[in-house]
Amino acid sequence: MTTSNPFGSEPNHHVLSVLVQNRPGVLARVASLFARRGYNIFSLAVAPTEQEDYSRITIVVDLESATLEQMVKQLFKLVDVVRISELDPRNSVERELMVATVRATAEQRGQIVELVNIFEGKILGVGPEALSVSLDGSPEKLNDFSELLKQYGIIESQRTGRVALPKLDRTARVRAVKETKGKAS
Amino acid sequence: MKSNQQLTGAEALIKGLELEKVEVMFGLPGGCILPAYDPLIKSTIRHILVRHEQGAGHMAEGYAHVTGRPGVAMVTSGPAATNLVTPLCDAYMDSIPMVAITGQVPTSAIGTDAFQECDTVGITRSITKHNELVMSADDLPLAIRQAFHIATTGRPGPVLIDVPKDVLQNMMTWHWPSDDEVIDSLPGYKPTTKGHPRMIKEAAKLILESKQPILYVGGGVLKARAAEALRELAELMNIPVVTTLMARGAFPDNHPLCLGMPGMHGTATAVTAMQRADLLIALGSRFDDRVTGKVSTFAPDAKIIHVDIDPAEQGKVRKPDVPIVGDCRLVIEEMIVALRDLMAGGTKQADISAWRSRVNGWKENFPLAYEPSEPGAALKPQYCLEKLRDASPEGTILVSGVGQHQMWSSQFWHFNEPYTWVNSGGLGTMGFSVPAAVGAKVGRPDKTVWAIDGDGCFQMTAQELITASVEQIPIKVGILNNSNLGMVRQWQEMFYDNRYSQVHFSESVPDYVKMAESMGCVGIRVEAPEEVESAIDKANSINDRPVVVEFRVAPTEQVFPMVAAGRSNDEIMLQPSQEKRRELLR
Repeated sequence: MTTSNPFGSEPNHHVLSVLVQNRPGVLARVASLFARRGYNIFSLAVAPTEQEDYSRITIVVDLESATLEQMVKQLFKLVDVVRISELDPRNSVERELMVATVRATAEQRGQIVELVNIFEGKILGVGPEALSVSLDGSPEKLNDFSELLKQYGIIESQRTGRVALPKLDRTARVRAVKETKGKAS
Repeated sequence: MKSNQQLTGAEALIKGLELEKVEVMFGLPGGCILPAYDPLIKSTIRHILVRHEQGAGHMAEGYAHVTGRPGVAMVTSGPAATNLVTPLCDAYMDSIPMVAITGQVPTSAIGTDAFQECDTVGITRSITKHNELVMSADDLPLAIRQAFHIATTGRPGPVLIDVPKDVLQNMMTWHWPSDDEVIDSLPGYKPTTKGHPRMIKEAAKLILESKQPILYVGGGVLKARAAEALRELAELMNIPVVTTLMARGAFPDNHPLCLGMPGMHGTATAVTAMQRADLLIALGSRFDDRVTGKVSTFAPDAKIIHVDIDPAEQGKVRKPDVPIVGDCRLVIEEMIVALRDLMAGGTKQADISAWRSRVNGWKENFPLAYEPSEPGAALKPQYCLEKLRDASPEGTILVSGVGQHQMWSSQFWHFNEPYTWVNSGGLGTMGFSVPAAVGAKVGRPDKTVWAIDGDGCFQMTAQELITASVEQIPIKVGILNNSNLGMVRQWQEMFYDNRYSQVHFSESVPDYVKMAESMGCVGIRVEAPEEVESAIDKANSINDRPVVVEFRVAPTEQVFPMVAAGRSNDEIMLQPSQEKRRELLR
């Protein structure tokens, strides 16, 4: 399901914000559509919105724009999909969270703590030979952080996939659908 | 409509179906769906008990094809649900409105690999327009209303409702949702039906400018009940029409503007006219690979107006110059108004007379043709179809399976009315015809219904003739028996150097006459040309039971014209006697 890293500078990287009815199986529908039509998902984050009837799925895809148009149309055919917006990185706020366990001898510990502080990350746990750290921020910032940690040895790491919303001046438009009620089986 | 009426889920389900004006459903009971079969005893709904669940699905499709109303199939969980997979996919590919109801193991057993449990909504997710596992009896009425709404609006398609056994048994307070409640419950479902006025005007301008236009008519025209509007448009502008496999009958074959079917086995005229056109007006058609041949060489000089209710069809295969999302009937009607306005304002239609005479020249030189059989030699399948066509009453509904017989049926029949042709186009489901014919006859008992089948197809679903006999549904089946999987054989001849592999059926087994009789049908065997007419007359005169006519036809016959898969439409293989005139197709 994943492809080469499209974060940052890749030309075919598109971020879709998909508002869906919060119902059983909706994620499976979206995932199965991607699989069935041969589209690649790079990352995917999903959680209920401030209104419990709706969830927002942020999908990063790596596609030609003609394919993207077709993919968006196919996605919109799903009955549970209420709204799809392509988020232009220049006009949206994007965040991603990473947690990592990094090899850290007693001598290295201070260096890593310093690095975490520079990036405004957090120390989540300290062991005799390792540190657990977390960082949230733009995907690019996470990439840079991750690169710098590599020299110490990353034992395990997990990223959430990005979540994104349009920049504030555009949110009024996004809120338009909220008053509808979505209740079924 | 709130009430205090207490019903079981099963009673609510059947009551809901009645309120959706379901008159007939096709199905077969089993463990998990059992509760729903009890209130059916005193329901107004006619239930037709099939012999295999696949039959129920295809019957629902056949019913929907000829009536325009959603076909309903109800079966139990597990193997019954998986047996519905083929018809659901078939209905999805051909945009047939259908509602399927499947039983499911009780909610407490879901996920435990219980007896006859399968993940029905998971399995059918990509082959239904929508599906739903209903987890509470209170949710059933809304699920039913949503299912019928979704199946019949926008681009029609199959919707499946999966109902656990305890949901059918539990009590609920009856409530029938209003239209508004249904719409509000589906905030993500708002099909566009009215075309964009600016786009329609753009289209009208292109039509007036075009010197070589073709109306490329697909199944969407039939789904939109747009045959009359189409005829008005074609006659207003004198534009020749091709009707795809899914649209046969949408425009009368006997109309001077009709060029017949395009595509892999389409007429040389229809195929070539599309290739040479400067404008294709695609109405409810989806640029299927069987129509376009090699896409990069398809209609290279044509601008495209694409009218489709499904936005995802716009630009999927070929980028349109003027995309119009909307219902075909509404859009065509608006297009006629726009054309009339422009012409009233002084815009003149470009001169298309040279184009018309060129197209008519192709029609004269490249009619559908076959070599009649030599005296004493085996019957030709095309001959049987011509005789059947000429001897059957006006408005006869023809239902076919998939393969050579399907192509000959589409070619040699004259479809002069809409909704008289039922076949499996997109999925190409062998075995479609017998059960689909049963469903068609149930939907239109006033019409003569002929299923044309191959011997390969017939053996896949023939048992539904038992259903037809027992339920007194007098369909007629013509088997074009060539003892072969004919289309596969043709491909092995053309593309595998006559190396036959697993295409030969037995000449002697089964005995189709005995097989028919054993299922309560009349069986007739036809082996010589002089027997054809009397057999057809006899079959047409029998109306108290199904009839099976076995036509023993030449196994070597091939379908022409043909555009080989993946090749350009310009490389069309003509009927051999016409090859010498190929130059005229330029």
